[in-house]
Amino acid sequence: MLVIDSVSKTFHPGTVNEKKALDQVSLSLADGDFATIVGSNGAGKSTLFNAITGSFYVDEGRIILGGEDITYCKEHTRSKVIGHLFQDPLKGTAPHMTIEENMALAYLRASTSRHAYFSRISTNEKEKFREQLSLLDMGLEDRMKQPVGLLSGGQRQALTLLMATMVTPRILLLDEHTAALDPATADKVLALTEKIIAERNITCLMVTHNMHQALSLGNRTLMMDDGHIVFHVSGEERKKLSINDLLEQFRIHVGKQLDNDRILLSK
Amino acid sequence: MSAIFTLSILQSALELGCIYSLVALALFISFSILNIADLSTDGCFTLGCAVGAMVTLSGHPFLALFAAMGAGICSGFITAFLQTRMGVPSILAGIIVNTGLYTVNIAVMGFSSNVNLFACDTIFSLAKDKTASPWYDSWYKFLIVLAIVLVIGIILSWFLNTRLGLSIRATGDNEHMVRASSINPLFMITVGLCAANALTALSGAILGQYQKSCDINLGTGMVTIALASLIIGETIIGKGSMLKKVIGVVLGSCLYRFIVALALRLNVPAEALKLVSAMIVAIAISFPYLKEKSHFYKMRSHNPGIYRKEGNANVSH
Repeated sequence: MLVIDSVSKTFHPGTVNEKKALDQVSLSLADGDFATIVGSNGAGKSTLFNAITGSFYVDEGRIILGGEDITYCKEHTRSKVIGHLFQDPLKGTAPHMTIEENMALAYLRASTSRHAYFSRISTNEKEKFREQLSLLDMGLEDRMKQPVGLLSGGQRQALTLLMATMVTPRILLLDEHTAALDPATADKVLALTEKIIAERNITCLMVTHNMHQALSLGNRTLMMDDGHIVFHVSGEERKKLSINDLLEQFRIHVGKQLDNDRILLSK
Repeated sequence: MSAIFTLSILQSALELGCIYSLVALALFISFSILNIADLSTDGCFTLGCAVGAMVTLSGHPFLALFAAMGAGICSGFITAFLQTRMGVPSILAGIIVNTGLYTVNIAVMGFSSNVNLFACDTIFSLAKDKTASPWYDSWYKFLIVLAIVLVIGIILSWFLNTRLGLSIRATGDNEHMVRASSINPLFMITVGLCAANALTALSGAILGQYQKSCDINLGTGMVTIALASLIIGETIIGKGSMLKKVIGVVLGSCLYRFIVALALRLNVPAEALKLVSAMIVAIAISFPYLKEKSHFYKMRSHNPGIYRKEGNANVSH
């Protein structure tokens, strides 16, 4: 589904701030693959996501999604087939617009005709949105006329997830999307994520700082450091791996201990 | 002492309020929705007036309104083009276009700084004396502008709820979301600014026919006045649907005209009018903030500090 072929990106080339954020990164995901990515801050995880979504164009290499070369596609064209969730729950929804209006925008991706520009939200669609909201089990289906700004962070992130997957994307990018939520809400959003991904067999990449999640979710685990993918495990080998093994791998490949409390303390 | 508001003052405040409310609606699109301060408003207003006046002079007062809107769309497109395709910061793009429009406006008026329309038909003169009723005689101007504002208001609130409208609103509301959801923000900014400037120019064209003249300095300070109307409207209406907000902006514009009329009535000299406008804008903009502040002070005075109370209690016992 997704093929990343020796992609490199250097920020601020030729200045003192020059930073090689991605260095010959190659990665291939099959249909329905769900890979988790771990790595310390500045390892290039978010940069990799931004390269896929098209926030910037890569310096070299190719990005192929669903058999289509999207290396030089514009960001808004790519986002038709890419679902992207950020760590910050405020980034995924428009606060001054109602839940219904936000969902209608997400649904816009499905339509290819230009007539859709002047169409309004139909009763049919409203019913469909209500149905999907009720799956969240957060009571949002009765608040469809309220601005999204009134929702809590967890509710907003759940809504964003719903919006990102309303039209099944070719790939879903989750950038630590539960990290800013309280533990109970995070679990709920995560369970929902797993459910949607499994039901529709969505190909997914997920950044996490939680070593337990990194091994328990999905079928592959990647480790990034300094713009490289330094460790890659899947299948039987991954099943046998414990959190301590993963931390050990981190020490070997990155050459230092993980010093992030969040990673060490999470179970 | 005679009444502060005579009927004729009320009438002209309503007429001007409705005409200028179109500029306030334009700023509602660019400033409130798209979050862009479009400083080409002054020049665009004059452009609309100039184009409208020239077409009216050639005998087509109705066509004049559409021609003015067309000119406004062009001006909005250039402003949008500069900021979306040429990397000019949005405020600067407005200032650049505004400066350029001065020459364009002079040129449109045949390289003269004013044009008068006393000798030709306008939409107002055509509607005059259609019935014998004296009531119609005194209110026909208001009816015309009210009809135009109604049509524009309805179209605008319908448009802002279509998917294109939703996309424009999202563009000003959350840039991250827009980029992640297949909306092209550059296109949305362009559409929004074209629509906004079309309304500004339409307002200019109507004003030109209303006062039967066009002057190169007509638009000076327009952005301030429209902003005042917009903020007064948002303050009195508050949150709500798009239709409600549009109505609020029109009401705000009329209210602003009342305040100006009141100021004139209290013998403020005409030269001081711009200062009065600036003060009204400053008050209108700071009003919501001051209201919140006063709420805080009220809360504090009604619930005296717990520390002080306990301290007193200890002393007395």
